[in-house]
Amino acid sequence: MTNETIITARGLTKKFTVKRERVDAVTGLDLDVQRGELVAFLGPNGAGKSTSLRMLTTLLPPTSGTACVAGYDVRREPNEVRRRIGYIGQGNSAGHYQRVRDELLSQGAFYGMGRAQTRRRADELLESLDLAPLAKRGVLSLSGGQKRRLDIALGLLHSPELLFLDEPSTGLDPQSRENLWQHILDLRRTHGTTIFVTTHYLDEADRFAERVMVMDHGRLIADDTASGLKTTLAGDVITLGFDSAGDAAAARPIAATVTGASVSVNGQQLEITLDHGDRVLPRLLRELDTADTAAATAGLRQPTLDDVFLALTGRSLRDDSGASETAAGKAAQEESALKEEVSA
Amino acid sequence: MTTTATHNTLPVRSNAVRDSWNVLVRELRPVVRDPFSLIFSLLQPLVFLGLFGPLLIGGSDAPAGEVLQWFVPGILVMIALFGTGVTGSNLLMEMQTGSHERTLVAPIARPALLIGRALKEMAPIMVQAGVIALATIPFGFSVNPLGMLLGLVLIAIFGMGFGALSYTLALVSRSRDWMFWAVQQATIFPLMILSGMLLPLEDGPRWMQVAAAFNPISYVVAAERALFAGELSSPDVLWGFLAAAVLAAIGLAVGIRSIKRSD
Repeated sequence: MTNETIITARGLTKKFTVKRERVDAVTGLDLDVQRGELVAFLGPNGAGKSTSLRMLTTLLPPTSGTACVAGYDVRREPNEVRRRIGYIGQGNSAGHYQRVRDELLSQGAFYGMGRAQTRRRADELLESLDLAPLAKRGVLSLSGGQKRRLDIALGLLHSPELLFLDEPSTGLDPQSRENLWQHILDLRRTHGTTIFVTTHYLDEADRFAERVMVMDHGRLIADDTASGLKTTLAGDVITLGFDSAGDAAAARPIAATVTGASVSVNGQQLEITLDHGDRVLPRLLRELDTADTAAATAGLRQPTLDDVFLALTGRSLRDDSGASETAAGKAAQEESALKEEVSA
Repeated sequence: MTTTATHNTLPVRSNAVRDSWNVLVRELRPVVRDPFSLIFSLLQPLVFLGLFGPLLIGGSDAPAGEVLQWFVPGILVMIALFGTGVTGSNLLMEMQTGSHERTLVAPIARPALLIGRALKEMAPIMVQAGVIALATIPFGFSVNPLGMLLGLVLIAIFGMGFGALSYTLALVSRSRDWMFWAVQQATIFPLMILSGMLLPLEDGPRWMQVAAAFNPISYVVAAERALFAGELSSPDVLWGFLAAAVLAAIGLAVGIRSIKRSD
């Protein structure tokens, strides 16, 4: 069970034509996900995360390549794939004029569940997602966080073995985000559901995913655990401050010997990039004291996934996701690229 | 090993009839929850009947009953035309949120998404047609029960086809929703006027009569008039059913194709 592959993709590629220009949304995606894993797909807007997800969930036919999801080929047997997966997209899944519980009942019927079973499952989810008091409310009257929880309930109703979430926490306040993740983690713990999530929030990928895949310009550029990525690609940074530039210069060879890493001088400061900085720092300070070149300040910065992204691409992920306006613009662009393609 | 125990073993193959029913039930839920919307939708045909009818009766030398006999079947077709013509706009809204996407990722037979929605528009139309027929009987409108039943079937076939076309238009204009309304408005009024449902075309210029001959709705309207009058064996009935069937076949074929392409 532990080594059973639930997603396999080989050479998955999607090209769009937008205004006669070819856009390579996803190029040669190869990936394997084991049953029970929690995988995060990380990358800036427009990197091809959503397009990849849409191909894996049968929403978009690949230009070339193959994907096998939950045991079935996405192109040859899309309905078998659809039966077995849950998908929570970027938009809200419930119809505006529907009532909360009604949508859950319809969803059960769509997945071929019996009426009694659907009702039981709907009430169970309403309860566990704190939606029970809203069961009879119209969807239009729900808050953003409530709508998102309803999306989750709809995605989980048929107890899928594999759940895809496309930027589930975008637009939620910090408390709702926390709450949402709690539900996702609970689900995994209690049902062993495999979870595949795209996000451009670094901290989410860092905190929750065991495995992070980084995507940029339609290509997978890294695939490892968050800590693995950080150790191999970024490293810790120790910053030491001295009373004078002369002290800093004198301390430099000692620091180099102790750490075995390259040390750069910046006026009164030394900067050292190395692995396991937390273990090295105490010894380094002691050696500097002994040599009578004591540091006045000492700082240790451990890498974030942003540093990883910077090391991989030479760009900061924050440049992209920080400016929400441009991010939204790009998302809209990507979205309209999809639409162009389908209407072409 | 314990993990899969809670997962559903999902039975039954995808089935277009069952799926259409499920889509229809989902679409009808808000109507059932809020029947007021249904009552409100009766207003438009009653306004036409109440405000346009007297003008027709006043402008004609024929007795009121005879004018209604001509006018009411046309109004019923008009309800179907306008009712199913907006099917696509409901879909447009669902495409802007994620709820259309949710139905695409569910194991629903693709034609069912179309048929279920078109059928949903027909349900209130059947109610409206019944109310209008009953409301006009005191004013001299006479109904052949079998003819009316067949007439409603004909309207249902026609509405299915026209609804499917509206749905297709929405899928095609998904990234420019103004286009849906532009095309919808630009076609629906000429189709209505050139079918002779509100004013007779016999007195109109020749070119209008020629245009009407190419309008499938003309045949549907003529058939409805024959059916309500009890002329069940009239050739008009046959032509009406043929026109509606062709429209439904084209609408469903184009609509299903565009859903499959937008997957």
